[in-house]
Amino acid sequence: MPLLDIRKINCFYGDVQVIYDVSMYVEQGEIISLIGGNGAGKSTILRCISGLMRAGSGEILFENTPIQNSRPEKIVERGIIHVPEGRRLFSLMTVKENLMVGANNSRAYPQRNETIKDVYKLLPRLQERETQQAITLSGGEQQMVAIGRGMMARPKILMLDEPSLGLAPVLINEIFQTVRKIAEQGTTVLLVEQDVQNSLGLSDRGYVLENGKIAQEGTGRELLDNPSIREAYLGI
Amino acid sequence: MDIIIQALINGLLTGSYYGLAALGLTIIFGVIKVINFAHGSLLMVGMFAAYWMVRLTGWHPYAALIVVVPLLFLFGYALQGILIKPILEGQRDVREPTEVIIVTTGVWYILDNLALMIFGAEYRVVQTSITGQIFMLGDYIFPKAQLYGLITTAVTAGLVLWFLKYTKTGMSIRAASLDRDAASLMGINQYRVYNIAFGIGAMIAGIVGCVLIPFYYVFPTVGVIFDVKCFIIVVLGGLGSIPGALAGGVIVGLIESTFSQYMTSTWTELIVYVVFLAVLFIRPAGLFGEKRDW
Ligand SMILES: Nc1ncnc2c1ncn2[C@@H]1O[C@H](COP(=O)(O)OP(=O)(O)OP(=O)(O)O)[C@@H](O)[C@H]1O
Ligand SMILES: [Mg+2]
Repeated sequence: MPLLDIRKINCFYGDVQVIYDVSMYVEQGEIISLIGGNGAGKSTILRCISGLMRAGSGEILFENTPIQNSRPEKIVERGIIHVPEGRRLFSLMTVKENLMVGANNSRAYPQRNETIKDVYKLLPRLQERETQQAITLSGGEQQMVAIGRGMMARPKILMLDEPSLGLAPVLINEIFQTVRKIAEQGTTVLLVEQDVQNSLGLSDRGYVLENGKIAQEGTGRELLDNPSIREAYLGI
Repeated sequence: MDIIIQALINGLLTGSYYGLAALGLTIIFGVIKVINFAHGSLLMVGMFAAYWMVRLTGWHPYAALIVVVPLLFLFGYALQGILIKPILEGQRDVREPTEVIIVTTGVWYILDNLALMIFGAEYRVVQTSITGQIFMLGDYIFPKAQLYGLITTAVTAGLVLWFLKYTKTGMSIRAASLDRDAASLMGINQYRVYNIAFGIGAMIAGIVGCVLIPFYYVFPTVGVIFDVKCFIIVVLGGLGSIPGALAGGVIVGLIESTFSQYMTSTWTELIVYVVFLAVLFIRPAGLFGEKRDW
């Protein structure tokens, strides 16, 4: 039984369909990549999982329970945490406040003071920046706060939407290292990325989304070796 | 000179309760991004509650706070939860749905006309235990009721800021005010947060109502006077800014009190508008800007 099981979801913005019969699953402990070009529908899938929008049809099961009609806060409560594209920090709150808001759900809240120590261990830079307003941080630091804020919620599955977007190569490396560490510490990860090389290199399995449909799926290795993917996404 | 200093004192005292009234409005705007046109009417409800309390019991007008604070908090909470929430839910992508303006305007009309039906149109005053009492500092006069108003403003603003900064709910309110969707992703129920923010704004309007009772007429449309002042103050100070609301209130109070030494009050109103427009011309986002400070 997969931890997260998405069954034939279709998603619409108004009358415009952008996701077509997408099925995918994530097993406990896996790192899964969801890759695809701009506008393929990656973020839309995450938004459906986290309840920010409703799938028009289909089913989303988490720990065998349907969640496709639950409100976002109920989904967070269950342990599905979505770190959105573009960081979306609380700009005028400090780093520490951002992290503490991350622990808002009732499962994570009582343990927030212990969790923040773990987060600081994972992302030591955040402790140095504790009292700084989020808006004053560099892009890389902001992404780390976004990830740290997600970890504060004590996720069972952490969904990261393009965490490497717009970062310098050194920082991209650091972000992927962090993702690896998070997974090693036992959190399941669903990684949406356009950095195909890095994300598939790190992942157990991956899905390739094209125009709202799953075009390919397989292990990270298989997808990286796939000639059509190499051509389309790696330019080789 | 003495006259000027006395005028400044009066302006500060008046401006503080203006600022408090505006604080309620600015919090609602800051969090929910809607303008509550019923704000003055909620203030009127607070005034009538305090008025009848004093009339019937002869207690200190501030004793009415025991009733007014929870009553208006719940009223604001329910108003947002029942009437405004469906609009916000239906128009998730609209930042400031116009329907909300229509709804809050409707509540304003309903409350004012209910008061008119029940209490009639007359202007009422009530002799409270602090009405007309003064406190002297050197040669300067501090009317006790207004001085209490200043203290109430300071205490209320301090508590609100503390609540927003250090409590779990307060942090949720700030988070939702900065980014609704991100707050949802943190497990914050944004509509509950809005209910609470609206409740706090309404509660503050009620508190101002109690503050006013010892020295102000109460009548069904008294809120309109404060609505207009509050809108000016909130925009002057910077929409959503708490210090902006307080500073804006004091500025308006000072303009009214000092210029009224030299001209009639219709002219002081005009000067308030001139200053208002001048500030917006120089700083379109208001004195403290839209950048929120809480
Ligand atoms: N709020 C919206 N209203 C209407 N259409 C939208 C909305 N958000 C996204 N879309 C459309 O849905 C499709 C999928 O968008 P989505 O953001 O899921 O893509 P994505 O794969 O995350 O792309 P990117 O890599 O650029 O983030 C696109 O065609 C986009 O234009
Ligand atoms: Mg996207």
